[in-house]
Amino acid sequence: MAAAAAIAADERARGRRAALSFAAIAVVLGLPLWWRTTETYRAALPYGDIEGLGQLPFQLAVPVAVVFAPGSVPGDLPRPLPFRDVQEMEISVNRERHLWLSLPCPSVQADAALHPLQDASLGSMTMYVVPETSSLLPQGISVYVGKHRSALVRQLTQVMSFTASSISAALSDRVPNGQLGPDARRHLKSSLGYEITFSLLNPDPKSHAVDWDIEDAVNRYVQPVLDKLSLVANFSVDSQILYYAVLGVTPRFDKESSSFLLSAHSLPHVINPVEARLGSSAASLYPVLNFLLYVPERSHSPLYIQDKDGAAVSTNAFHSPRWGGIMVYNVEAPASPQVSLPLHVDVDMVRVMEVFLAQLRLLFGLSREELPPEFLLESPGNEGLADWELDRLLWAHTVENIATVSTTLTSLAQLLDKIGNIVIKDDVASEVYQAVASAQSAMAELAAGHLHLAFQASKEAVTSSERAFFDPSLLHLLYFPDDQKFAIYIPLFLPMAVPILLSLAKIVREARQRKKEPSKMD
Amino acid sequence: MRRGQFPPSGSAAAGALRRRRGKMADAVPAARWARAAAALLLGCCGAALASGIQDQAEQFFRSGHTNNWAVLVCTSRFWFNYRHVANTLSVYRSVKRLGIPDSHIVLMLADDMACNPRNPKPATVFSHKNMELNVYGDDVEVDYRSYEVTVENFLRVLTGRIPPSTPRSKRLLSDDRSNILIYMTGHGGNGFLKFQDSEEITNVELADAFEQMWQKRRYNELLFIIDTCQGASMYERFYSPNIMALASSQVGEDSLSHQPDLGIGVHLMDRYTFYVLEFLEEIHPASQTNMNDLFQVCPKSLCVSTPGHRTDLFQRDPQNVLITDFFGSVRKVEITTETISLDRDLAGFESKLPKDELTTEPLKYAEQLPVAQIIHQDTCMVRLYFRSSAQLTEDGAIPLPLPLLVAALEYMEDSSVFW
Repeated sequence: MAAAAAIAADERARGRRAALSFAAIAVVLGLPLWWRTTETYRAALPYGDIEGLGQLPFQLAVPVAVVFAPGSVPGDLPRPLPFRDVQEMEISVNRERHLWLSLPCPSVQADAALHPLQDASLGSMTMYVVPETSSLLPQGISVYVGKHRSALVRQLTQVMSFTASSISAALSDRVPNGQLGPDARRHLKSSLGYEITFSLLNPDPKSHAVDWDIEDAVNRYVQPVLDKLSLVANFSVDSQILYYAVLGVTPRFDKESSSFLLSAHSLPHVINPVEARLGSSAASLYPVLNFLLYVPERSHSPLYIQDKDGAAVSTNAFHSPRWGGIMVYNVEAPASPQVSLPLHVDVDMVRVMEVFLAQLRLLFGLSREELPPEFLLESPGNEGLADWELDRLLWAHTVENIATVSTTLTSLAQLLDKIGNIVIKDDVASEVYQAVASAQSAMAELAAGHLHLAFQASKEAVTSSERAFFDPSLLHLLYFPDDQKFAIYIPLFLPMAVPILLSLAKIVREARQRKKEPSKMD
Repeated sequence: MRRGQFPPSGSAAAGALRRRRGKMADAVPAARWARAAAALLLGCCGAALASGIQDQAEQFFRSGHTNNWAVLVCTSRFWFNYRHVANTLSVYRSVKRLGIPDSHIVLMLADDMACNPRNPKPATVFSHKNMELNVYGDDVEVDYRSYEVTVENFLRVLTGRIPPSTPRSKRLLSDDRSNILIYMTGHGGNGFLKFQDSEEITNVELADAFEQMWQKRRYNELLFIIDTCQGASMYERFYSPNIMALASSQVGEDSLSHQPDLGIGVHLMDRYTFYVLEFLEEIHPASQTNMNDLFQVCPKSLCVSTPGHRTDLFQRDPQNVLITDFFGSVRKVEITTETISLDRDLAGFESKLPKDELTTEPLKYAEQLPVAQIIHQDTCMVRLYFRSSAQLTEDGAIPLPLPLLVAALEYMEDSSVFW
């Protein structure tokens, strides 16, 4: 009897141990295993570095060499040049002294003669200070800026190759909205490459047989500019001729000048009907710049563009920011009315390219800013842009690239925080590391004043960060509402959990009964 | 499971920028803008403003976008959902008429209406009864058709996470200065929208997709229009700035269709879109109608459901937002006033850059058909047939009319086609 009771007690004890061990294995092994296997995989990302990038502690250094001609040094030379605060930016001026030189010849030749002597690296600038009474600079001009990286000044004034507005335009998505100048949204965004398309629109092939020697014009006039800009991006050029392509707007006939006029407020409607036919969607993924040359129909010749005040525009051209430009090319009416149609027209490519290249400069943001009257700028000639303008473009693009990288990585990190379902694979993580490293090296190079290296590093940083952000694998897993999650897990876990929980409950009940019994037995 | 919390970045423009040169120009944009806005506010009681300040103030209140995009999605398929396809195509037509080119429109349709065996008039999709207006026509460019219209593709288009092989016409290449119009129609419920009878997109996913677009600055402003049952539930969860949303019905209400056509046998349009389109017919590219008028379109008496809208995330006042800011594509243009001077007599320029000589081997087609054996067959009759009835067009091309070609090929023993 006692033995049977002992065996029964043994059985119960074994049963209790089994139930407890089941519960223990389920909790200790099962729960962590389920948790780890159902979480989204995220490779480690350098969040601290990304946050550091987000502060954007820019330091732009420009190596300046100041050369004093004899007789131009004022008595109190080491006086601190004034600095001023602009928004949150601090500007201070630093200068180094270089060597003494005598300049006998007038300014342009001086500039050309001095060019080989200069340190011609990207981003540097040399200022030559000439005496007040020198004849190098014409009367009334106190600063002459050459087309290479030098300037002749009468006294130490403040000259620089970039201004606050171009830097704030480059940082446009970080600066609050109200403080931007009108330039911020006009210039082309920094990109790895640009595609330039020249199109000739001939709406009236029956009257005009238009011939343009575009290949020669591109090789002669456009290629030098693009070669100079090749540091900034890759350019590819193509051209096409479109027939029966009309502008969407009917021009008005003006009796006084017996010509047709396109008013300024109808210009915005011109571009869209034409754009469908330009075929820019078949081009590469780079931003496309379209330059259109429109030869008006015989019935609408001559066609002039009017600006807001009603005056005819001298260039007969207009442009649209971030898109391109259109120029209207009027064909002279033939002297005798009996001439056979179609008229053969040879387009004067120089006139056309002067306008197109000017529009290209405007699209890139290289326009001449308002200068005080005592400044004189040398014209860049066939190269299209001066060295210091190229520097300015590079500064702006470098800063913009670094700002873009910082925004992209910061937003990636914030997205990962907000949306829990995004998976980060290892190659995406390595791209992020690379982007962070390149951006940091770009900022270091900027602080050291090496513009070329800084720009290359910023380009690499942008490429890596875009590749990381736009990786197709980052599409977040479809969202499951909480009730759907419960609906999936309950049929799996509930049948397993019920015996375990019931047996645990039974153990607890028995333990409580045993505690009560000894007091009762008394 | 989040590995490592990322602290949200505080004020955006907190960088300290130190430069080491002097300054040339004095212009400080910040002070000028602040002064212009203050002057406008103070002088709005009718004082005469200098034209310069007024110009700047106008610019300040204008949208600031430089290009327009449209993403038009019809999420249904099958013949009885004819009206959803007609809805989307009608909006597509209006948007094209007002100026947005095909290259800037991403059109996602199941596209199984026009050539459906049940369509009594093949190759047409009508939007008005009595077959007044064919919205399909011959100038429709559908970017995602049939089974490509999925939730995944839609989210990929919006967020830009597209596989590299996708053609340009299937991408949304918007930038931070783009205004985007997103129109969705189909069958929906409280918090979700059904895609092609097999999957759904929830409002949370849509809101997250818009947030991803915002983080990457893929839009300047976004207008979201949805015409489904309980459409207002889809815009409840938006939390990104600069989004304006319109829906055809509130939560718990159904959007109803407009009119059936007895000849075709199905309903042709939905009410809300029908009245929106009537409204858009009066808009031309230069019109100044604003968004408040669009909110009044289709009152409950006409629409039976109550259209709703959401503007709390939008920064500008809807009074100042033009319809053409989203539905049309008006470019900002500037007159070119400067030229550069080129030296005409410069000799031919030798490019300083080394031109890479790409060594390419001559390309030829792979041998797929036993052409020699096919040519051996009887083709004389085929050649004569062509010459007798071919007509030259103006530029010397010879068109091959299709029925003729089919008839000619029937003479050949081997039915494989070659040229």
